[in-house]
Amino acid sequence: MDSRRIWGLAIVGTVAGAFSGLFGVGGGTVIVPMLIAFWAYGDRLATGTSLAAIIVIAILAAAMHGGIYGNVDVETGLILVGPAILGVVAGTAIQQRIPEKAVSFIFALILIGVAIEMVIG
Amino acid sequence: MDIAIACVVCLLGGIVAGLIGVGGGVVFVPAMTIILSKGQVEAEATSLMMIALVSVVGTWRQIGYGNVNLKDAAVIGLLSPVGVLIGVVVANSVPERALRIGFAMLALYMAYRLLKRVFGDDPHDPAEPGTEPLADPGPDAPAGSGASR
Repeated sequence: MDSRRIWGLAIVGTVAGAFSGLFGVGGGTVIVPMLIAFWAYGDRLATGTSLAAIIVIAILAAAMHGGIYGNVDVETGLILVGPAILGVVAGTAIQQRIPEKAVSFIFALILIGVAIEMVIG
Repeated sequence: MDIAIACVVCLLGGIVAGLIGVGGGVVFVPAMTIILSKGQVEAEATSLMMIALVSVVGTWRQIGYGNVNLKDAAVIGLLSPVGVLIGVVVANSVPERALRIGFAMLALYMAYRLLKRVFGDDPHDPAEPGTEPLADPGPDAPAGSGASR
């Protein structure tokens, strides 16, 4: 892996980490489009690689939030993560079977709805 | 009843995470703030714990489908601590209302990017056969990476 590639990926990681710590979203919303736009990743490879990178980022950010600031509600998190794990297994399976543009369209609508809720909620 | 509704929403969040590789926090956070009335920072922190677990399972599944470049993922993940530090400090220093607006702006920007991809003229759309990648995804990328995937 050449130095230019490492620096490029380091920028992706730094930006994703900042968004993760700031917004609690794991950084994938930054990693996926950057991998597609700058590294010619296909959608599915970008999403899979993003999930792998997010493991490290989320553990670090959660540890800082919980260990330093005591913000993690472990009980609620453990209750909610069960169905979330079932969901990710289903989601990765569905992803292999539907057009990638349909995935992008559905998630764009979800994002718009979330944005509205965050502002007026 | 609220926790049951939140579980259903988080199930959907997990599906979204698997579909688009974002960890699911974009759904987990509002599930906790809106349905369970958690504070924004507490919800984000708890969401991150959930994301770590969801991502492990999602990565395991995507490896099985041949959709993970582990070396690139390791570089991105291991070089992100500086960014995480900046983000967490800001999250504990900035008013909650500002965080909510910031989150909304991030969501809208990403929606724009996705809609542009869906309706725009994307020259390297991997969903379209016969297109070429704009750049080499690297020697570490598995077969089928880049626009060929």
